[in-house]
Order: sequence, then structure tokens, then C-alpha cells
Amino acid sequence: MRAIGIILAGGNSKRLKELSKNRAVCAMPVAGSYRSIDFALSNMEHSRIQKVAVLAQYNSRSLNEHLASSKWWNFGRKQGGLFLFTPSFADADSNWYRGTADAIAQNISFLKTSHEPYVVIASGDCVYKMDYNKVLTWHVDKRADITVVVKDMPETFNVERYGTVRMDEEDRIQDFIEKPLAPEYNTISCGVYVIRRRLLIELLEKCAEENRYDFVQDILIRYRGLKKIYGYRLKEYWANIASVEDYYRTNMDFLRPEIRDYFFRQYPEVHSRAADLPPAKYNVGVNIRNSLLSSGCIVNGTVENSILFQQVYVGNNCVIRNSLILNDVYIGDNTIIENCIVESGGTIQSNSCYRGENGIQIVEEKGERYTI
Amino acid sequence: MITAAIDTIGFPDLCSRAGFDMKERVCGLWFVVTYTRAGRAGAYGDERKVYMIIKKEMIAMLLAGGQGSRLGILTSDVAKPAVSFGGKYRIIDFPLSNCINSGIDTVGVLTQYMPLRLNAHVGIGIPWDLDKNVGGVTVLSPYEKIQNTEWYTGTANAIYQNIEYMESFHPDYVLILSGDHIYKMDYEAMLESHKENGAEVTIAVMPVSLEEATRFGIMITDEDGRITDFEEKPAHPRSTLASMGIYIFNWETLKEALLANRDEAGLDFGKHVIPYCREKGAPLYAYEFNGYWKDVGTLTSYWEANMELIDIVPEFNLYEEYWKIYTKSTSITPQFFGPESVIERTIAGEGTEIYGKVYSSVIGCDVTVGAGSVIRNSIIMNGAVIGEGCVLDKVICAENSVIGDGAVLGEGEEVPNDTRPDIYCEGLVTIGENTEIPAGVRIGKNVMISGRTTPEDYPGGQLASGRTLEKEVKA
Repeated sequence: MRAIGIILAGGNSKRLKELSKNRAVCAMPVAGSYRSIDFALSNMEHSRIQKVAVLAQYNSRSLNEHLASSKWWNFGRKQGGLFLFTPSFADADSNWYRGTADAIAQNISFLKTSHEPYVVIASGDCVYKMDYNKVLTWHVDKRADITVVVKDMPETFNVERYGTVRMDEEDRIQDFIEKPLAPEYNTISCGVYVIRRRLLIELLEKCAEENRYDFVQDILIRYRGLKKIYGYRLKEYWANIASVEDYYRTNMDFLRPEIRDYFFRQYPEVHSRAADLPPAKYNVGVNIRNSLLSSGCIVNGTVENSILFQQVYVGNNCVIRNSLILNDVYIGDNTIIENCIVESGGTIQSNSCYRGENGIQIVEEKGERYTI
Repeated sequence: MITAAIDTIGFPDLCSRAGFDMKERVCGLWFVVTYTRAGRAGAYGDERKVYMIIKKEMIAMLLAGGQGSRLGILTSDVAKPAVSFGGKYRIIDFPLSNCINSGIDTVGVLTQYMPLRLNAHVGIGIPWDLDKNVGGVTVLSPYEKIQNTEWYTGTANAIYQNIEYMESFHPDYVLILSGDHIYKMDYEAMLESHKENGAEVTIAVMPVSLEEATRFGIMITDEDGRITDFEEKPAHPRSTLASMGIYIFNWETLKEALLANRDEAGLDFGKHVIPYCREKGAPLYAYEFNGYWKDVGTLTSYWEANMELIDIVPEFNLYEEYWKIYTKSTSITPQFFGPESVIERTIAGEGTEIYGKVYSSVIGCDVTVGAGSVIRNSIIMNGAVIGEGCVLDKVICAENSVIGDGAVLGEGEEVPNDTRPDIYCEGLVTIGENTEIPAGVRIGKNVMISGRTTPEDYPGGQLASGRTLEKEVKA
């Protein structure tokens, strides 16, 4: 393979509110049986990238747990493998990762000891399928210094929390505005970059000398006139989950048949850690409409337009509508849940009612659970 | 790793001398201590050397080579242990998961009949954590020898042909299992009982009713559980303790019995090895098991065992945390339920999409049930596609079969099957794997269909009860 991979998985997102309290954004459960990082990792695997570093910082325990074995993504190999790099302290002035560029710079030996000529950098909080080889080929054809994967978003899409770009006819990026207050362009960066390994080392070392730490600000924006930075347009589905609204919407997208078909049935498949859960079980009085349910669930009530993640128990006469119920939630009898995201591990007492009135309500209930 | 000949020191003794607590080393590497006589006789300490050898206290040999012909078309292309069960599992998952849950990490899987699916499923044992540096799962198929090349001619003959494999682990005990039962059992508890009794052979038994006892090998025991006599499928049983086909042997006893009877045709545990051990006066004990255990040897028992899983609190509970059943999943995606779907008393595997109505059924992974279809009391295996507007009652539909829109299966009166009334009975409709059934046909009961069938195979769009329709799959 011609490239090594780096997955940026360090971020916390205040926009995910309580949901990111106990886990990294990249460890957020997605579409019933996946974690957010599974998409980037599976893309790496299907692009035949053999050596991948995951740079994690915020609440890395959740990611560590998920990535404890690399075999599920086919990275348990002698050639290459999966590496999880968290900030480590080697000398007196060691630091946390102060930014994306700093995170890579602190692990520059990973780049220096590799021999593959290119690096694919991806973020771990996006839901998409992509063959990075196509970008790489395009990158080589364009004789680009850096290629940024971009996507044209619909006019109605709020790009305020993304990086927006303006490209010329040659697809060279002319302007790059991070998190614009008054957005001028609707083309956004997908957080996937291809760059020659030696150039990346050079740029990172220069950044480190100048105490600059951010890949977007200090490399992409700062060098956009100096280096040939191109934008590769992604046509297929792509979504970022790093805010409550986007997280909810991305999950709900999986109720659409074309999205399910694209991710669940079409090649290549997305890998995840084996859960070893029994089949989902449906008892009497069950009423399920337009919903996704994962393995290990036991259902006795009504579920509509919702996604139940793994090992959810739904009691008798419950009504669950337009909601995401994350992993291992116990819902007691006669409970109504509408427009909510129920945090994983929760126990909802019988006869309770949760309704998201203005938007999506996040439900966190750590009640006692009695099992028979 | 240095493999040294083992000294005759007892292993517990040896472990304590080597500084290891035996209990901690039940599965894994053991250490052999050799002593050089430099000083006084029997003195050790300075001259002590510790070498590693491969040593497992107990290994399991899993007999998975049988065809299981009473499962009819379900085992025409796969060995019985590889047949789907309970939505996402295969039968062999149960003994394999029992092994790893009981702390047995060395399992030889003996295959012979149609092994491809089984080999692919077992692989290197990753789903069961049986991918080990030392031990783990090994698929043992019959092999050519300089003299006397033969297939596995009987259960014990298969084990005999793999003496070398067992010997390489220096076991104290060998557990013999068969790959066609559904149960959860702690073999370690059985081993404890074996040791406590000072047995050379322990046979797992379970109490059955007097009528059922006529179908099993029956053990007659004294009050201590020592087996005094046994009888095979007796007309008038003297006991109700049925053998479950699970044995623990002292390795030396097993090896001696196998070598002594090596020339017996179709060497079998029940017929030859166990009687031989008894005649020799070896202490034989019964280990009574009282949990759920189901022989899924016939289509009807297979169907019943599946249906027992959908009870509100099933006797055989897959949802317990502490004794997980592992399997190689082909799919991990969630299940989807369409806007008009109905589901009741059903379990369903990953990736399944249900647009129709499903009642009291067991659905595998990646199954599609079209809108307007009604499925009752059926087993639909992985990858099957049920079209729109179908009606299925008591159907066993094997993997990757396709049923066309509007087909009706399992209607009308029961008529005994014309080819195998003993197999295809009790109103079941059995569809072999990779079978295609055209749209709109009406199919009766006690029917078996396999292969790519076309409308021409159904005169008047019908297949009467009791008929068998077998066509080439690769037509």
C-alpha cells in the first residue's frame, strides 16, 4: 500500500452535550450496532491501508475499550496494524495534544519510521464510505501538495460549525474559512486529507517550531497560497455526528431505505467489534413500525420511527417514538418516550414519560436495575 | 519452546516444586522440572532446571463428522453441526462455547462429512476465543497414512486416528463431545465429579421419562453413581438415566482402550470402548445433568427446539450474561421493521428486514420478509428472501433460499411424505438451501423442495401435500 492512515479521534464536542460526558465523540454509537470510528477504520481497511494510528485524547477509555482488539477491522497483522496514541509524558515540558497538528507532531516517529510515501488523515466522527485510493490517485494526478475531501452541501444546510472552501475551476482551493459566522460558500471540508508523508513531516516540524498546533488553521489556511491544495468532491453520503442535532439526524437517516441499502448491503461492509449478543426477541403485544433494532434487544411494547441500539429492554405497554435508545437501556412498563435520545446504560422506571418538546431531549437515568 | 520428556513426578507435586499453583495453570503451559544429580541423591535446588512443555489438564475432542441424515435436506450439503440454529447460531456453537466457558481451550474438531461449511465456520476459532498460541481449535479430518488409510469408521475410531494429536498436549483427561446437541454445560464441574469419584470414565447422563428411555443408551447405576450396567435402546428400561454422549476419560485409560480395540470394525464408544472399560473393571461413573439438553437429530426435534426459544422466558435462555454462546456472525447490522410490519413471539438475527407479518418464528440473519407476507411457526435461515404476499406455516426454509411473491406454503391436509415419511412429517414444509420457489404456487404439508424449481414443476400451480421435489441447484 502507498499510504498510512491517521484517524483524528481526540476531540470532545460541547455540542453533543451530555452525550460526550462519558465517551469520546468517535466512540458514539451509530446506526444501532456501530461506533462512529468504525466508518473511518473500515474505510482504511477497504482502501488496503495496513497501518493506522488513532490519535485520541478526550475520554480515550471509551475508544480504548472499543479498539481493544484490532482484529475486527482486520488490523491484527504483522505488517502494519492499529495503533492507539494518547498523549504521553516523556519529559518535563510534555503537553496534551494542543491541536490536530500537534497531536500528529507529538507522534512524528510514527510518520518517520513508516516507508509508505503518502498519509491519509481522516476524522473519526463522520459517517461515510470512501475508497481513499481514489483520492490518492486523484491527488497524484493533480500533482497536489495536499488534497482535502470536500462536499457540496445543500443551500439549506447550516455550515456554521464546518470549514468552508471556495475552489476554482481546477478544483484548487482558493479560500478556506473555518466555522464561518456569515457563510459564503456551501462546500465544506469533510476532514479527510491526503498528503505526502515527507511534506507532512516538514510542515509539522515547522509548525512545532513556531508553536502552531492546528492542522486547519496553521497548515491548510496558512499555506493555501504557497502549496497546491486541492479539493476532491465527495458525491456519496457523508455526515458528521458531532452535535446533538446532527447525531440524531444521521442516525435517523438509517431509517431511509437507500441509506440502509448503501451502508448495510452494498460493498464494502462496515466492520465493528463483535458484540456476541443473542438474536433480538419480540414477545406478545409488540408493535414495531419503521424502526431499527439491534441484537440482544427484548421488546414487549410499541416502537415507532426509532432506533434501538444493542441490548435494549422495552417493557409492556411502552411507547417509543422518534427516539434513539442507546446500548443497554432498560425501559420499565408503561413508559412513554418521544423525541429523545436515551443515554446508554440507563434504567427508566416504569410509568415514566419523557417528551422532547422543543427539539431532542437527552435522557440520562441511572436508576437501580433489578434483574431476575 | 523446549519439549522435554516428562518425568514421572505427579503434576500437582511438580507444579508446587516449580513454584506454580496448579489451579492457576489448568489451561496453559506447564513446567517440567528436571534435576541433575550433582550432590546428594535427591538433593535439588542449585541444580534445578525448569523446562517448558505443552501440557493441558483436559482437552476436548468434538465429533462433528456425522451426516445427520434424519435432518433430511438440511444436511445434504453441510454436516449436521454446521446447521443453523436459533436464528444466528450453528449447532456446533453450543459445545464450542461450552468448552471455552468451562475453561477448556484445546479442542479437536473431527470432521468428515461435507466439512466445508463447518471448516469455514470454525476457522481458527476467533469467535470462541479459541485462537490460541498453544492449543485452541484444530480441525482434524481423516488423512492418508503409509498403512491402512481409512475414513473415520466410527466415533472411537476417529479418536483413535488422532491419538498423536491428543498426545501432543500431554492431557490428564480427554473430554469426548458430539456436535449435535443444544445445551449449556460446565464440563469443569463434570471433571470435578470425575476426580472426586476416582473414576476412569465418567458418562454424562440425564433423567428422561420411561417412554423416552427406550430411545437412548441407558445407564444403570448404584447409589454412588457408579455404573453397574448399561443397555442400548432397551424395550424395558431398568433406569431412566440416558447417556448424553459426553464422556470424560482418563487419558491413559482411553489410550489403552483405543489401542486394544484398534482392529474392531467401526470402533464405537457405546458399542466397544465403554463395554471394554467395564469388562476390564475400570471405575465407570455417571454424572447427572439436570439442565436443558436437546438432541436435534430429527427435523421435528430440530423444529421443536427452535420453537422453544421464543417462549417469554424460555427454558433454554440465550440472554444470560454469564454463559454466552458465541458464533461467527455473518452480519452485524441492525434489523429493520417496515411501516406495515407485525412481529410477535419471534426471535430474529442481524440484518433482517421485515415488512410483513411474523408470528411465533425463528428468523436468521439477513432475511427479507416482503410486505403482506404472513409467516407462522417457521424457521427461516440466514439470507433467505420471502417475497411479498406469501403465506408460510410450519416451514423450515434453509439458507439463501428465495420464495417468490404470493407463494403459499403449508396449506391443506396432511399426507405422509412419498419418499421419507419418517423425516418429513408432522406437517412441516422443508425447503433446502439455495432453493428457488416460483411466485404464486401453492404447496401442501409434509413437503420437501430443493433446487431451482420453476413454474413447470408445479402442475396447476400446486404441489400436493406429501410430495418431494428435488432439482439440481446449479440448473
